[in-house]
Amino acid sequence: MKTFGGKVLFLDRDDINTDEIIPAKYLTVSSKKALGPHLLEDLKLEGFESSRDIAGAAAVVARANFGCGSSREHAPWALEANGINLVVASGFARIFRQNMFNGGLIAAQLPKEKIDELFSRFAAAGASVALDWARRELVFTGNKGSGELRAGLELGAFDRELVESGGWVDYANAKY
Amino acid sequence: MGSTAVQKIFDAHTRDKLEGGVRVLSLDAVFCHEITTPIGVNDLAARGLDRVFDPSRIKAVIDHVTPAKDSLTAEQGKTLRDWSRRQGIKDFFDIGRNGVCHAIFPEKGFVRPGYTIIMGDSHTCTHGAFGAFAAGVGTTDLEVGILKGVCAFREAGTIRVQVEGRLRPGVYAKDLILAVIAKLGVDGATDRVLEFGGPVVDALSMEGRMTICNMAVEAGATSGMCAPDMSTVEYLWPFVKDEFKSKEAALAEYSRWKSDPDAAYEKTLSIDASGLEPVATFGYKPDQVKPIRELAGTKVDQVYIGSCTNGRIEDLREAAAVLKGKKIADSLRGIVSPATPAIYEQALKEGIIQIFMEAGFCVTNPTCGACLGMSNGVLASGEVCASTTNRNFNGRMGKGGVVHLMSPASAAAAALAGSIAQSPLYKG
Repeated sequence: MKTFGGKVLFLDRDDINTDEIIPAKYLTVSSKKALGPHLLEDLKLEGFESSRDIAGAAAVVARANFGCGSSREHAPWALEANGINLVVASGFARIFRQNMFNGGLIAAQLPKEKIDELFSRFAAAGASVALDWARRELVFTGNKGSGELRAGLELGAFDRELVESGGWVDYANAKY
Repeated sequence: MGSTAVQKIFDAHTRDKLEGGVRVLSLDAVFCHEITTPIGVNDLAARGLDRVFDPSRIKAVIDHVTPAKDSLTAEQGKTLRDWSRRQGIKDFFDIGRNGVCHAIFPEKGFVRPGYTIIMGDSHTCTHGAFGAFAAGVGTTDLEVGILKGVCAFREAGTIRVQVEGRLRPGVYAKDLILAVIAKLGVDGATDRVLEFGGPVVDALSMEGRMTICNMAVEAGATSGMCAPDMSTVEYLWPFVKDEFKSKEAALAEYSRWKSDPDAAYEKTLSIDASGLEPVATFGYKPDQVKPIRELAGTKVDQVYIGSCTNGRIEDLREAAAVLKGKKIADSLRGIVSPATPAIYEQALKEGIIQIFMEAGFCVTNPTCGACLGMSNGVLASGEVCASTTNRNFNGRMGKGGVVHLMSPASAAAAALAGSIAQSPLYKG
């Protein structure tokens, strides 16, 4: 199982697509690591600069329909290449979500109200997140005394097994 | 209560049922291209699993960047080519014989009603036009599909899109699907199948059905689907004529993959096509749609006609009908990419290529390149493209570029005017 948790990168937008996460011109590389420097290079978000804002982040919090568009698994790979193994949002595009779990990463869907609260309480001062896997819980801790927020992680058995086994290739090769 | 088409297909292909409504399906076909496959097959080789579940069920094409534009894309092509040879994949399409995956694979007869199909490409939903369940997946799912012939999906509810009335002259499948996406929103069909039906869909050609199913993913759908009918049989007949005594027999067989009349749809979206007019997208999401007349006058730097959405023969005919005997505006450049060699050849025979060339278009080989800003028509920052493709995302066709999605007729009208303009084929 991979490691999860650390500094949160808040991306206050719906519908962040995989072209924004990793532009198609970088899909020609043959190694996943090479995608790292180009993560979120084309993200349309006021005040966001990928070269400045990604460093040190271990998780992303965003709003609805994260990862829509192209099926490119280069999007989770580019996140992982930057140490981001966890994305929390109020909704995910199907293919992106499956790609995350297929690689042993976590796409955590939380109710919109929780996401709203995360942004309103923590986005300005920043926050970190920890994963309590045994309790299936995410624990967000705000900087500058902005407190703590716990959120249950509702994952199906298949998602949990993918996270624990490290991904779908090993799982499927053993089972089918 | 009856079953939906996707329920029937899932039931017939279930290899394993997992907790929480996840089905592991056996696959009838796995399609591959050179962008998302190489990392997968290299990973399989590194794991000591360099094999395929059934070479006859795997189809591969180099289509995204072809001819190769640099050493990296040459390596991607080489990886796919070498792998196809090594694994005995006979249906591999290299330059000269290659085309845009979602145009060439149906054209070669690789899709059947009731099939399960995956590909490492989000527009795989196109093939649902034949009554198949076809879904885009990432590289890991593709790898497992290649190795084991299975893929896991959550059971999908169905949204029925019932299209009544009649499309007016000058209004096309592209206008219809953009109107549907505008109504559903970009995540309105996430984890669902969009099933298109009603008299307008029944009257569409297979090309038109592929156009609407192609963009189902732009509303978040897992697959778009149309019920198989005599149009489906006619399209497939050259490939299946030895399997059936008659077209009616083929239709009877394929009809078992239709939703039952009392199927449980999650919801139904009804659209009166008679009220539709030509539309285009604005902004950066495919659900941002306005009538062409409201966008008229928006300056355009490039017109692109092609792609898995609108690069088929009907699309080229539609654009040529607008362009015939005219010249594109001096201020812009026009690019047309027939989606397959057969379409290119047909367009040559019909004089369509000549119409494009005389109008001042550049005619390129079949490729996906421009649509996703990889090659053959990348935009510069600040440039605007009127395009028959499927995504107007920020930077999609080139960093800083703006894309307006529209039908081939509307794109051709923009090419003549130098700005977004109403097609003369639309009489209001």
